[in-house]
Amino acid sequence: MKTAIQKAVGIAALVLALPFSASAEGVKSLRETAVGGAEHPAENYREIRDAGGLLPRDFVQQPPLVPHSVTNYQVTLNYNKCMDCHSWSRAQATGATKVSLTHFRDREGQELSSVSPRRYFCLQCHVPQTDAKQLVDNVFSPAPGL
Amino acid sequence: MNKIKKVWAWAIGLVFSAVGLAFVLGIIFWGGFNTAMEWTNTETFCISCHEMEVNVYQEYRNTIHYNNRTGVRAVCSDCHVPKEWWPKMVRKFYASNELLHKMLGSIDTPEKFEAKRAVMAQREWARMKRNDSQECRNCHDFSYFDYAEQAGRSSNAHQKGFAEGQTCIDCHKGIAHKLPAIDQGFGDTLPGALPADVLHPVSTR
Repeated sequence: MKTAIQKAVGIAALVLALPFSASAEGVKSLRETAVGGAEHPAENYREIRDAGGLLPRDFVQQPPLVPHSVTNYQVTLNYNKCMDCHSWSRAQATGATKVSLTHFRDREGQELSSVSPRRYFCLQCHVPQTDAKQLVDNVFSPAPGL
Repeated sequence: MNKIKKVWAWAIGLVFSAVGLAFVLGIIFWGGFNTAMEWTNTETFCISCHEMEVNVYQEYRNTIHYNNRTGVRAVCSDCHVPKEWWPKMVRKFYASNELLHKMLGSIDTPEKFEAKRAVMAQREWARMKRNDSQECRNCHDFSYFDYAEQAGRSSNAHQKGFAEGQTCIDCHKGIAHKLPAIDQGFGDTLPGALPADVLHPVSTR
Protein backbone atom coordinates (compact mmCIF):
# COMPACT_ATOMS: atom_id res chain seq x y z
CA MET A 1 0.00 0.00 0.00
CA LYS A 2 2.69 2.40 1.06
CA THR A 3 4.81 1.68 -2.00
CA ALA A 4 1.83 2.25 -4.28
CA ILE A 5 1.35 5.71 -2.78
CA GLN A 6 5.05 6.44 -3.08
CA LYS A 7 5.00 5.40 -6.75
CA ALA A 8 1.96 7.57 -7.45
CA VAL A 9 3.61 10.57 -5.79
CA GLY A 10 6.82 9.95 -7.74
CA ILE A 11 4.97 9.80 -11.07
CA ALA A 12 2.97 12.92 -10.21
CA ALA A 13 6.18 14.78 -9.37
CA LEU A 14 7.74 13.71 -12.69
CA VAL A 15 4.70 14.84 -14.68
CA LEU A 16 4.64 18.17 -12.86
CA ALA A 17 8.38 18.71 -13.37
CA LEU A 18 8.29 18.01 -17.14
CA PRO A 19 7.21 21.48 -18.38
CA PHE A 20 9.74 23.12 -16.02
CA SER A 21 12.69 21.01 -17.09
CA ALA A 22 12.59 22.52 -20.58
CA SER A 23 12.38 26.13 -19.41
CA ALA A 24 15.04 25.57 -16.72
CA GLU A 25 17.65 25.45 -19.52
CA GLY A 26 17.27 29.17 -20.14
CA VAL A 27 17.36 30.21 -16.49
CA LYS A 28 20.77 31.19 -15.19
CA SER A 29 22.04 31.37 -11.67
CA LEU A 30 23.88 34.41 -10.30
CA ARG A 31 27.08 32.61 -11.20
CA GLU A 32 26.11 32.52 -14.87
CA THR A 33 25.59 28.77 -15.09
CA ALA A 34 22.39 27.16 -16.29
CA VAL A 35 20.21 26.04 -13.44
CA GLY A 36 20.00 22.54 -14.88
CA GLY A 37 23.69 22.52 -15.86
CA ALA A 38 26.80 21.34 -14.11
CA GLU A 39 27.84 22.95 -10.86
CA HIS A 40 30.18 25.92 -11.11
CA PRO A 41 33.59 24.91 -9.79
CA ALA A 42 34.00 26.09 -6.22
CA GLU A 43 35.90 29.34 -5.69
CA ASN A 44 38.71 29.45 -3.20
CA TYR A 45 37.30 29.60 0.28
CA ARG A 46 37.70 33.12 1.59
CA GLU A 47 38.90 33.36 5.11
CA ILE A 48 36.84 35.86 7.09
CA ARG A 49 39.09 38.31 8.86
CA ASP A 50 38.33 40.44 11.87
CA ALA A 51 37.29 43.91 10.74
CA GLY A 52 38.79 45.47 13.86
CA GLY A 53 35.75 47.58 14.66
CA LEU A 54 32.05 47.94 14.02
CA LEU A 55 30.93 47.77 10.38
CA PRO A 56 28.58 50.59 9.32
CA ARG A 57 24.98 49.66 8.50
CA ASP A 58 23.79 50.21 4.93
CA PHE A 59 20.22 50.97 5.97
CA VAL A 60 18.57 51.75 9.25
CA GLN A 61 16.78 48.47 9.77
CA GLN A 62 19.78 46.35 8.79
CA PRO A 63 20.73 43.77 11.40
CA PRO A 64 24.23 44.78 12.53
CA LEU A 65 26.97 42.95 10.60
CA VAL A 66 29.38 40.57 12.29
CA PRO A 67 32.77 42.32 12.19
CA HIS A 68 34.76 39.22 13.04
CA SER A 69 35.44 35.65 11.95
CA VAL A 70 32.87 33.08 12.99
CA THR A 71 34.66 30.09 11.48
CA ASN A 72 34.07 26.91 13.47
CA TYR A 73 31.74 28.61 15.93
CA GLN A 74 29.45 26.01 17.46
CA VAL A 75 25.73 26.60 17.13
CA THR A 76 24.09 23.34 18.15
CA LEU A 77 21.01 22.26 20.02
CA ASN A 78 23.10 22.41 23.18
CA TYR A 79 25.11 25.55 22.78
CA ASN A 80 25.30 28.84 20.90
CA LYS A 81 28.80 30.27 20.68
CA CYS A 82 27.58 33.79 19.84
CA MET A 83 25.88 34.04 23.22
CA ASP A 84 29.14 33.21 24.96
CA CYS A 85 30.09 36.86 24.40
CA HIS A 86 26.93 38.68 23.32
CA SER A 87 24.55 37.58 26.09
CA TRP A 88 23.76 40.20 28.72
CA SER A 89 25.55 38.25 31.43
CA ARG A 90 28.76 37.94 29.39
CA ALA A 91 28.86 41.23 27.49
CA GLN A 92 30.56 43.22 30.23
CA ALA A 93 33.38 40.70 30.62
CA THR A 94 33.95 40.40 26.88
CA GLY A 95 33.22 43.91 25.68
CA ALA A 96 30.84 42.58 23.04
CA THR A 97 27.61 44.22 21.91
CA LYS A 98 24.65 43.00 23.99
CA VAL A 99 21.80 41.17 22.31
CA SER A 100 19.15 43.74 21.38
CA LEU A 101 16.14 44.01 23.71
CA THR A 102 13.95 43.43 20.64
CA HIS A 103 15.15 39.82 20.82
CA PHE A 104 13.45 39.37 24.20
CA ARG A 105 10.00 39.39 22.60
CA ASP A 106 7.93 36.60 21.19
CA ARG A 107 6.14 37.00 17.88
CA GLU A 108 3.03 38.36 19.59
CA GLY A 109 5.13 41.18 21.03
CA GLN A 110 4.98 39.72 24.53
CA GLU A 111 8.09 40.64 26.56
CA LEU A 112 10.12 37.64 27.80
CA SER A 113 12.65 37.26 30.59
CA SER A 114 15.10 35.48 28.28
CA VAL A 115 16.08 35.64 24.62
CA SER A 116 13.29 34.34 22.39
CA PRO A 117 14.10 30.90 20.95
CA ARG A 118 13.08 32.18 17.50
CA ARG A 119 16.28 34.29 17.63
CA TYR A 120 18.50 31.27 18.16
CA PHE A 121 20.18 31.25 14.75
CA CYS A 122 22.02 34.57 14.91
CA LEU A 123 23.71 34.10 11.53
CA GLN A 124 20.39 34.04 9.71
CA CYS A 125 20.35 37.84 9.99
CA HIS A 126 23.75 38.88 11.33
CA VAL A 127 26.33 37.98 8.71
CA PRO A 128 30.11 38.32 8.53
CA GLN A 129 31.68 40.03 5.53
CA THR A 130 34.44 39.18 3.06
CA ASP A 131 36.07 41.31 0.39
CA ALA A 132 34.47 39.15 -2.32
CA LYS A 133 33.69 40.80 -5.67
CA GLN A 134 29.99 41.56 -6.08
CA LEU A 135 28.17 39.15 -8.38
CA VAL A 136 25.82 41.86 -9.66
CA ASP A 137 26.08 45.64 -9.66
CA ASN A 138 24.36 47.33 -6.79
CA VAL A 139 23.48 51.01 -6.73
CA PHE A 140 21.58 50.93 -3.46
CA SER A 141 22.07 53.91 -1.20
CA PRO A 142 20.34 54.71 2.09
CA ALA A 143 17.77 57.48 2.32
CA PRO A 144 19.71 60.75 2.65
CA GLY A 145 17.75 61.89 5.71
CA LEU A 146 18.67 58.87 7.80
CA MET B 1 97.87 -22.38 36.93
CA ASN B 2 96.77 -22.80 33.36
CA LYS B 3 93.50 -24.26 34.56
CA ILE B 4 92.75 -21.25 36.81
CA LYS B 5 93.41 -18.91 33.88
CA LYS B 6 91.02 -20.91 31.74
CA VAL B 7 88.26 -20.79 34.37
CA TRP B 8 88.88 -17.06 34.86
CA ALA B 9 88.60 -16.41 31.11
CA TRP B 10 85.43 -18.48 30.98
CA ALA B 11 83.92 -16.58 33.92
CA ILE B 12 84.72 -13.19 32.34
CA GLY B 13 83.26 -14.36 29.05
CA LEU B 14 80.11 -15.50 30.80
CA VAL B 15 79.70 -12.18 32.63
CA PHE B 16 80.26 -10.18 29.46
CA SER B 17 77.87 -12.24 27.38
CA ALA B 18 75.25 -12.09 30.18
CA VAL B 19 75.58 -8.31 30.36
CA GLY B 20 75.49 -8.11 26.57
CA LEU B 21 72.44 -10.33 26.40
CA ALA B 22 70.66 -8.34 29.11
CA PHE B 23 71.49 -5.15 27.21
CA VAL B 24 70.09 -6.45 23.92
CA LEU B 25 67.00 -7.91 25.62
CA GLY B 26 66.55 -4.63 27.48
CA ILE B 27 66.54 -2.73 24.18
CA ILE B 28 64.08 -5.20 22.67
CA PHE B 29 61.73 -5.19 25.65
CA TRP B 30 61.89 -1.48 26.27
CA GLY B 31 61.59 -0.72 22.57
CA GLY B 32 58.72 -3.17 22.29
CA PHE B 33 56.98 -1.71 25.32
CA ASN B 34 57.34 1.83 24.02
CA THR B 35 56.23 0.85 20.52
CA ALA B 36 53.13 -0.83 21.93
CA MET B 37 52.51 2.23 24.12
CA GLU B 38 52.87 4.56 21.13
CA TRP B 39 50.58 2.36 19.06
CA THR B 40 47.84 2.87 21.65
CA ASN B 41 48.35 6.60 21.11
CA THR B 42 47.45 6.55 17.43
CA GLU B 43 44.21 7.86 15.97
CA THR B 44 43.66 4.47 14.29
CA PHE B 45 43.80 2.73 17.66
CA CYS B 46 41.43 5.21 19.33
CA ILE B 47 38.74 4.94 16.68
CA SER B 48 39.05 1.19 16.43
CA CYS B 49 36.66 1.47 19.36
CA HIS B 50 33.08 1.93 18.19
CA GLU B 51 32.26 4.39 21.00
CA MET B 52 34.99 6.74 19.89
CA GLU B 53 34.35 6.39 16.18
CA VAL B 54 30.61 7.10 16.11
CA ASN B 55 30.59 9.83 18.75
CA VAL B 56 33.60 12.00 19.40
CA TYR B 57 35.49 11.27 16.19
CA GLN B 58 32.61 12.50 14.01
CA GLU B 59 32.52 15.81 15.87
CA TYR B 60 36.28 16.19 15.80
CA ARG B 61 36.28 15.80 12.01
CA ASN B 62 34.69 19.24 11.65
CA THR B 63 37.33 21.02 13.68
CA ILE B 64 40.62 22.71 12.93
CA HIS B 65 42.62 20.06 14.77
CA TYR B 66 41.42 17.45 12.28
CA ASN B 67 42.10 19.25 9.03
CA ASN B 68 43.44 22.67 8.29
CA ARG B 69 45.45 24.79 5.86
CA THR B 70 48.87 23.31 6.59
CA GLY B 71 47.94 19.75 7.58
CA VAL B 72 49.56 19.94 11.01
CA ARG B 73 47.19 17.98 13.20
CA ALA B 74 46.48 17.19 16.80
CA VAL B 75 45.04 13.68 17.10
CA CYS B 76 43.18 12.24 20.11
CA SER B 77 46.24 11.45 22.19
CA ASP B 78 47.85 14.86 21.60
CA CYS B 79 45.11 16.40 23.73
CA HIS B 80 44.03 13.52 25.96
CA VAL B 81 47.32 11.79 26.85
CA PRO B 82 50.23 13.66 28.47
CA LYS B 83 53.58 13.48 26.66
CA GLU B 84 55.75 13.07 29.80
CA TRP B 85 56.51 9.47 30.70
CA TRP B 86 55.08 9.17 34.21
CA PRO B 87 51.86 11.20 33.63
CA LYS B 88 51.41 9.15 30.46
CA MET B 89 51.67 5.88 32.43
CA VAL B 90 49.15 7.21 34.97
CA ARG B 91 46.73 8.14 32.19
CA LYS B 92 47.17 4.73 30.56
CA PHE B 93 46.45 3.13 33.92
CA TYR B 94 43.20 5.06 34.27
CA ALA B 95 42.29 4.00 30.73
CA SER B 96 41.62 0.53 32.15
CA ASN B 97 38.43 2.03 33.59
CA GLU B 98 37.45 2.96 30.04
CA LEU B 99 37.92 -0.68 29.02
CA LEU B 100 35.50 -1.66 31.78
CA HIS B 101 32.89 0.79 30.47
CA LYS B 102 33.53 -0.44 26.95
CA MET B 103 32.50 -3.90 28.17
CA LEU B 104 29.53 -2.51 30.11
CA GLY B 105 28.46 -0.59 26.99
CA SER B 106 28.02 2.62 29.00
CA ILE B 107 28.23 4.97 25.99
CA ASP B 108 27.75 2.66 23.01
CA THR B 109 24.97 4.67 21.36
CA PRO B 110 24.86 8.42 20.54
CA GLU B 111 21.93 8.75 22.98
CA LYS B 112 23.82 7.14 25.85
CA PHE B 113 26.86 9.25 24.98
CA GLU B 114 24.80 12.45 24.97
CA ALA B 115 23.37 11.59 28.39
CA LYS B 116 26.90 11.29 29.82
CA ARG B 117 28.45 14.14 27.83
CA ALA B 118 28.17 16.79 30.55
CA VAL B 119 29.83 14.54 33.15
CA MET B 120 32.63 13.45 30.84
CA ALA B 121 33.27 16.95 29.52
CA GLN B 122 33.49 18.43 33.00
CA ARG B 123 35.88 15.67 34.07
CA GLU B 124 38.16 16.47 31.15
CA TRP B 125 37.98 20.23 31.76
CA ALA B 126 38.93 19.66 35.41
CA ARG B 127 41.85 17.44 34.39
CA MET B 128 43.18 20.06 31.98
CA LYS B 129 42.68 22.81 34.54
CA ARG B 130 44.72 20.79 37.07
CA ASN B 131 47.65 20.30 34.71
CA ASP B 132 47.53 23.90 33.46
CA SER B 133 46.40 22.76 29.99
CA GLN B 134 49.64 20.83 29.55
CA GLU B 135 48.46 19.11 26.38
CA CYS B 136 47.55 22.41 24.69
CA ARG B 137 50.86 23.92 25.68
CA ASN B 138 52.82 21.02 24.22
CA CYS B 139 52.17 22.76 20.88
CA HIS B 140 50.78 26.18 21.76
CA ASP B 141 53.53 27.61 23.95
CA PHE B 142 52.13 30.96 24.99
CA SER B 143 55.51 32.37 25.95
CA TYR B 144 56.12 32.47 22.19
CA PHE B 145 52.81 34.08 21.23
CA ASP B 146 53.31 36.95 18.80
CA TYR B 147 50.46 39.23 19.84
CA ALA B 148 51.09 41.49 16.86
CA GLU B 149 50.28 38.57 14.56
CA GLN B 150 47.09 37.66 16.41
CA ALA B 151 43.75 39.21 15.58
CA GLY B 152 42.66 42.00 17.91
CA ARG B 153 40.16 39.94 19.85
CA SER B 154 42.60 37.08 20.43
CA SER B 155 45.47 39.35 21.32
CA ASN B 156 43.46 41.25 23.93
CA ALA B 157 41.81 38.16 25.42
CA HIS B 158 45.10 36.22 25.65
CA GLN B 159 47.06 38.99 27.34
CA LYS B 160 44.26 39.74 29.77
CA GLY B 161 43.72 36.03 30.52
CA PHE B 162 47.36 35.23 31.19
CA ALA B 163 47.74 38.34 33.35
CA GLU B 164 44.87 36.98 35.46
CA GLY B 165 46.51 33.57 35.70
CA GLN B 166 44.06 31.78 33.44
CA THR B 167 44.94 28.70 31.45
CA CYS B 168 43.83 27.63 27.95
CA ILE B 169 40.92 25.43 29.04
CA ASP B 170 39.38 28.27 31.06
CA CYS B 171 38.09 29.72 27.79
CA HIS B 172 38.76 27.16 25.06
CA LYS B 173 36.17 24.52 25.84
CA GLY B 174 34.52 22.45 23.16
CA ILE B 175 37.11 23.25 20.51
CA ALA B 176 37.31 19.68 19.23
CA HIS B 177 33.98 18.28 20.46
CA LYS B 178 30.41 19.42 20.81
CA LEU B 179 29.59 21.05 24.11
CA PRO B 180 27.00 19.64 26.53
CA ALA B 181 23.76 21.58 26.98
CA ILE B 182 24.49 24.96 28.57
CA ASP B 183 21.79 27.23 29.99
CA GLN B 184 22.36 30.40 27.98
CA GLY B 185 19.06 32.08 28.63
CA PHE B 186 17.20 31.06 25.48
CA GLY B 187 13.55 30.46 26.22
CA ASP B 188 13.01 27.54 28.57
CA THR B 189 16.08 25.84 30.01
CA LEU B 190 17.07 22.62 28.26
CA PRO B 191 16.61 19.55 30.47
CA GLY B 192 19.87 18.73 32.22
CA ALA B 193 21.56 21.93 31.02
CA LEU B 194 24.63 23.06 32.94
CA PRO B 195 24.62 26.63 34.29
CA ALA B 196 26.47 29.08 32.02
CA ASP B 197 28.99 29.58 34.84
CA VAL B 198 30.70 26.23 34.15
CA LEU B 199 32.18 27.70 30.97
CA HIS B 200 33.59 30.72 32.77
CA PRO B 201 34.07 29.82 36.44
CA VAL B 202 33.82 32.79 38.79
CA SER B 203 37.29 32.13 40.23
CA THR B 204 38.92 32.67 36.85
CA ARG B 205 36.60 35.21 35.27
